[in-house]
Amino acid sequence: MKNHRLFVVLSIVILAAMVLTSACGAVPGAGGGANKPIRVAVVMPSSVTDMAFSQSMYSALKAVQTEMGGESAMELKYSENMFKVPDAAAALRDYASQGFDIVIGHGSQYGASIEEIAPDFPDTTFAWGTDVNTFGMKNVYAYTAAAEEGGYVNGVMAALLTKSKSIGVTGPVEVGDAKTYIDGFSQGVASVDPNINLSKTWTGSFSDVALMTEAAKTHIASGADVLTGSSQSVVGSIGAAKEAGNVLWFGTQSDQASLAPNLVVSSQVYDWTKMIKEIIDNHKKGTLGGTQYKLQLKNDGLKIAYNSGYSLPADVKAAADKAIEGIKSGSITVQP
Amino acid sequence: MNEIFTSTVIVGILTSAVRLATPYLYASIGEAFAQTSGVVNLGVDGIMLVGGFAGFYITLITGNVWLGLLAAMIAGLLMGLLMSVISVTLKAEQGISGIGLYMFGLGFSSLLFKELVGTVKTIDGFSAVRIPVLGNIPFLGDIFFNQSVLVYAAFLLVPLAWFVLDKTTLGLKIKSVGQNPAAADSLGVSVDRVRYFSVCLGATLAGLAGASLSLSLVNLFQENLTAGLGFIAVALVYFGGWRPLGILGGALLFSTVNSLQLWMQVLGAEIKSDILVMLPYILTIVALAFAANRARQPAALNKPFERGEN
Repeated sequence: MKNHRLFVVLSIVILAAMVLTSACGAVPGAGGGANKPIRVAVVMPSSVTDMAFSQSMYSALKAVQTEMGGESAMELKYSENMFKVPDAAAALRDYASQGFDIVIGHGSQYGASIEEIAPDFPDTTFAWGTDVNTFGMKNVYAYTAAAEEGGYVNGVMAALLTKSKSIGVTGPVEVGDAKTYIDGFSQGVASVDPNINLSKTWTGSFSDVALMTEAAKTHIASGADVLTGSSQSVVGSIGAAKEAGNVLWFGTQSDQASLAPNLVVSSQVYDWTKMIKEIIDNHKKGTLGGTQYKLQLKNDGLKIAYNSGYSLPADVKAAADKAIEGIKSGSITVQP
Repeated sequence: MNEIFTSTVIVGILTSAVRLATPYLYASIGEAFAQTSGVVNLGVDGIMLVGGFAGFYITLITGNVWLGLLAAMIAGLLMGLLMSVISVTLKAEQGISGIGLYMFGLGFSSLLFKELVGTVKTIDGFSAVRIPVLGNIPFLGDIFFNQSVLVYAAFLLVPLAWFVLDKTTLGLKIKSVGQNPAAADSLGVSVDRVRYFSVCLGATLAGLAGASLSLSLVNLFQENLTAGLGFIAVALVYFGGWRPLGILGGALLFSTVNSLQLWMQVLGAEIKSDILVMLPYILTIVALAFAANRARQPAALNKPFERGEN
């Protein structure tokens, strides 16, 4: 009697939990209309509202969808919060077996899964990043973002704007574009004034907002008046800058100006739209993959979004534009 | 590295530590009430998420942090009622129903966030209030008396919880149903009612813990904002031997090591950041292994009470 009741209760609790968690991710459904839309699915490690990595890809896909003419031209499904690789692998395989034309694994941790799944679906285009490895497969694209480039530009501005000559950087772990962005940023700062004190903290987590906030507060307490950082948890750092009131912020991945309209100077924005459009066009022409994409300043994959709410001194803007031109023309090389 | 001994750094480390300890204090002391009455609630993290979201959302739409705080407590209370129905009335296995409650809280808060807010937004939460006179004491003033209201309340909760548990009839009842529910029952104490009260009180405090994140520490909400903080809070209850003062010690130890590692990175210590980041967790495990006082564990912990069964 007791066990029976326990079983019922547990079933209800687990079922409720499952319904609620799955309600957040979209359930892949059967698409199809008169003109047979192109079907695109994407699997992302964090939430589409993360103001960072996942959101940059999701907004680009939505923009392409709108440009192509909405749901009837391009079907878009996504699975988010796939921090766990086995879950992501299952989702990637599900989408492929449901006949999606293009399946994107938006996370450098998904490489092994793509390598394993792609050969089973030779007619499906797979894309993944950030990485450069296509595994020599004709239906796999790999994409990266030269995050160091925008990092450099942000760094130049940061060095010119700091009054205390002390800049703080908060990051998750020393890998991927979090690292290359910060490396580029350091080079940008050093190019203006190598004596500026640049200190970095890593929290060890992409998602621990509370610790990221405290890391930013630590920088501020130690005298930093300009902060930057990478990962979806930096929203906490921006909040800390906002609370301090006189600390500037430089963003990356997505435009973060809305989080602190007076204090965000600029954000390096990843713009995947051009790449997505190319992948779709290629797919329609019968080319399924095999090459690498790299978002750069010179191919407009990376953009510096200046925040209109912050009045940037003209000389600083000029220095930033000069750095952008230099990187585009190749006269400035930034080491990733 | 000599810099580590300057007063700015030491004050900085301790100020961060006091701030970081806040959500743990609320959640752990709340959990201590539930466990003292014999109910392990592993859903603390999920309750914090729902409370944190409710507080954030109400503050966002009304612009009033106090209403937000109230909403967080009500949300926590409702989650506590759910846990009580499952674990006390229906007598489900506590560990598993707690995990279910956690998953529910995680999914529910994410769903509401996505539907009602959509994207990360910041709010004006509780800001630091310097207490007159005390706030002017050198060093100590900055560390203890220039914090937000929620930080003060968390530390005041420690003696209050101690008083309730050790010095009142209510505390005695809570302990008795956690130690020997059959005896308590025979003396006319309603085991179920006391457990409902304790679990709901604990969950209300967990809701406050979530609000201390979203309304004071980070001033925003993001999916899975707590990132597992509620589970550390449960561990701190064992660490503190079910006593508020022990929990205070554990929370401060954990948060001090955490802020110490942040400062060591800022000061450019030549140690890999990965190792520094691990420090608080290693310390927690070591301390749990050596310092935990099993003898104080409530005897009926994790055991549903059924009349006439014992």
